[in-house]
Amino acid sequence: MTEATGGIEMEEGQSGIVKKFMFVNRKAPYGTVYALEGLEVVLISAAFDQDVSMAFLDDGVYQLAKGQHTKAIDVKNFSPTYRALEGYDIEKLYVEKESLEARGLSQENLLVPVEVLNSKEIAALMADQDVVISF
Amino acid sequence: MKFGILVSEGPYTHQAADTAYQFVKAALEKGHQIHRVFFYHDGVNNSTKLTEPPQDDRHIVNRWSKLAQEHNIDLVVCVAAALRRGIRDDILAPGFRISGLGQLVESGIQADRLVTFGD
Repeated sequence: MTEATGGIEMEEGQSGIVKKFMFVNRKAPYGTVYALEGLEVVLISAAFDQDVSMAFLDDGVYQLAKGQHTKAIDVKNFSPTYRALEGYDIEKLYVEKESLEARGLSQENLLVPVEVLNSKEIAALMADQDVVISF
Repeated sequence: MKFGILVSEGPYTHQAADTAYQFVKAALEKGHQIHRVFFYHDGVNNSTKLTEPPQDDRHIVNRWSKLAQEHNIDLVVCVAAALRRGIRDDILAPGFRISGLGQLVESGIQADRLVTFGD
């Protein structure tokens, strides 16, 4: 874990500060690397005992879609990782209602339990964060 | 104020690499501190000394190296993103170092603001 956390030992990394981190996922899971590399940051952040949440907007909602098959494009299907987030104590997943509806998706089409919020509610949550990182 | 910086796009392809540099320079001139500049995604391509732009263009990599030397700025390149793109220790320009993603999260914790340059 030391290499992954950038050589930062737990005690040093924690330093008693707990900030609200929100990772905003706005892009489709395949086509660009942002979703995959973004998820790597989220997993590492779990080692720092911060208050972590994830928001899924725009094409980012496709990251959580059930039934992803990537064999034909020869790209790794990393969608099972979203199911592992719970094990990292990352349980606050917010999905924007408007983005879901615009793509004909609903909560039943998603891999993991999420909280569906409208754009105003998401905006209010974002305003409440200390750190927002968008992928 | 203490800023953490995240650069998510490659040099020359995307304005983000230039804007991040201009922001850091302006912040330092105003007396602010830069906790760290973290290079992720194609942003890792800002760190290779193999970069050779045409002579009448700005040298984005050397510009970072010079700034790091003058102001003792920590330029960190994500190891996983770097290896994926063929960037290793032996081709890093002066002032850059390779480390893990924890350095980005730590910058978010330690800095007053984390500012992202990318799409």
